[in-house]
Amino acid sequence: MKKKQIQQFILSFVIALVIYGALMFAMSAGILDNYWSGILIMACINVVLATSLNLASGYLGQLTLGHAGFMSVGAYVSAILSIYFQMPFIVSLIVGAIAACIIGILIGIPTLRLKGDYLCIITLAFNEIIRVIMLNLNITNGAKGLMGIPMNTDFTTGFMSVAVTIYVIYSIVKSRHGRAIISIREDETASELAGIPTAYYKILAFAISAFFAGLAGGLYAHYMGMLVPKTFDYNKSVEILVMVVLGGLGNLKGSVIAAIVMTILPEYLRAFSEYRMLLYAVVLIAAMIMKEKNVMPRIKAKFAKKRHEEVSEQ
Amino acid sequence: MSLLKTEGLGIQFGGLKAVDEFNFEIDKNQLYGLIGPNGAGKTTVFNLLTGVYKPTSGQIMFDGKSLLKMSPTQITQYGIARTFQNIRLFKDMTVLDNVKVGLHHSQNYSLLSAIVHTPKYFKGEEAMEEMALSLLRVFDLEQFAHVKASNLPYGKQRKLEIARALATSPKLLLLDEPAAGMNPTETAELMETIKIVREKFAIAILLIEHDMKLVMGICEKIAVLNFGTVLAFGTPEEIKNNPDVVAAYLGNDE
Repeated sequence: MKKKQIQQFILSFVIALVIYGALMFAMSAGILDNYWSGILIMACINVVLATSLNLASGYLGQLTLGHAGFMSVGAYVSAILSIYFQMPFIVSLIVGAIAACIIGILIGIPTLRLKGDYLCIITLAFNEIIRVIMLNLNITNGAKGLMGIPMNTDFTTGFMSVAVTIYVIYSIVKSRHGRAIISIREDETASELAGIPTAYYKILAFAISAFFAGLAGGLYAHYMGMLVPKTFDYNKSVEILVMVVLGGLGNLKGSVIAAIVMTILPEYLRAFSEYRMLLYAVVLIAAMIMKEKNVMPRIKAKFAKKRHEEVSEQ
Repeated sequence: MSLLKTEGLGIQFGGLKAVDEFNFEIDKNQLYGLIGPNGAGKTTVFNLLTGVYKPTSGQIMFDGKSLLKMSPTQITQYGIARTFQNIRLFKDMTVLDNVKVGLHHSQNYSLLSAIVHTPKYFKGEEAMEEMALSLLRVFDLEQFAHVKASNLPYGKQRKLEIARALATSPKLLLLDEPAAGMNPTETAELMETIKIVREKFAIAILLIEHDMKLVMGICEKIAVLNFGTVLAFGTPEEIKNNPDVVAAYLGNDE
């Protein structure tokens, strides 16, 4: 088992390195211009957001609509540290993520007693509360927006954040802690009666999810160079949730692919950008009607069936 | 000394006394049956013993400690495991992972060592895998280890639930209608399994069951519950010939 895991790790590491190298080469050779390298960085940020929300919504099974709130905490804290305290980039990123994590725990303790729709509503409300606070504080410069954030986020930091996020979440999921988290999604009462401290694991998963949302927020702040509270309204939370649902709840690969597609696709559909929210709603409803946990396995199964039929016909 | 002892245990839902004055004792390694007509309060007793419901009166002593202030998680860790009347497996997890969830507390590597993949993590995971597989072997489920739990046939799902309960290394196992929905062959097989479990793991078992053949066949002692109170205690022979019990099941001829 150990050997297999190490082999798998090395393989993933090499694949990641190849992808990184290829993209870096494409950028330095001018195949991908500035516009596209910007989109790639946004894709990295979205991947971190989607995979981290997948831990709370996909693996833990708690549908939350406040992920943009945690992102904004990370974004503002790290931006303020960079602007007013001249902290190094990495330090402000990590402190921002920790701040989001702490807020996650504070929000999680009272709200995770709720389930389903109620949790959705309360996290949505929390998202709005954070946004309004950011709008009214002096240090965040309110609606005018926080300017002059050093633009330190490049493709390398984005890509490394993605690698770390996926690695950490994957490692957790494949451990006894991850199994405890998944068992809560499957049946909370049975999990409790199998000896799992469910309250602890719910808050743990929520906190880790918030941590990486905060990291994504910090990356975003240092990529854009300015922050406005409006960016982090519930539309952003819905957008992240759609990525997770589209990629499949409890499916990390799916989240990565969905996040990349949903970053690139709107660029091609600029003309229809006003209908984007409409499309998200349709996607969510379609996902609910199909009641399939993920789209990918379904497509795979279809292909497998086709192949099977072809083989049997011959 | 008895393993589990309840004194005057009772719970009231509004005006309804679901269980009242339930006095009961079970010894180490005893196989006890709990029977009674529908709605007699049998599952409620299980929910009281496992902490899902908090009793409104009475006391539960288990292995020298009161369970009243413990949460369901703590009670499980302290040594009472159960199965459910309507099977409650972790459906989307594999058979092996279902058992591993039960084994959660057998290892104690931290979250950090899981992320960094320390030797402790690998050792812990390997030990868990071995323990889980050997448990599955007892129930003849080893070849299904990597199958999704929801894809198992019904009888095997029941067995898996028992395996998961045993993974928490209990001193007392509560089985809630393990033979429900089984055909006679499966029931006979289940009887054998229960006997093996009790010998192999040296634990006490308390069993709710409607299948009289099963209850009378394997239980050493039986308690009959009716309208939340105990109607009779005794060996299977005594219960069979108890006029009150017969009346509760079949009614009086007036």
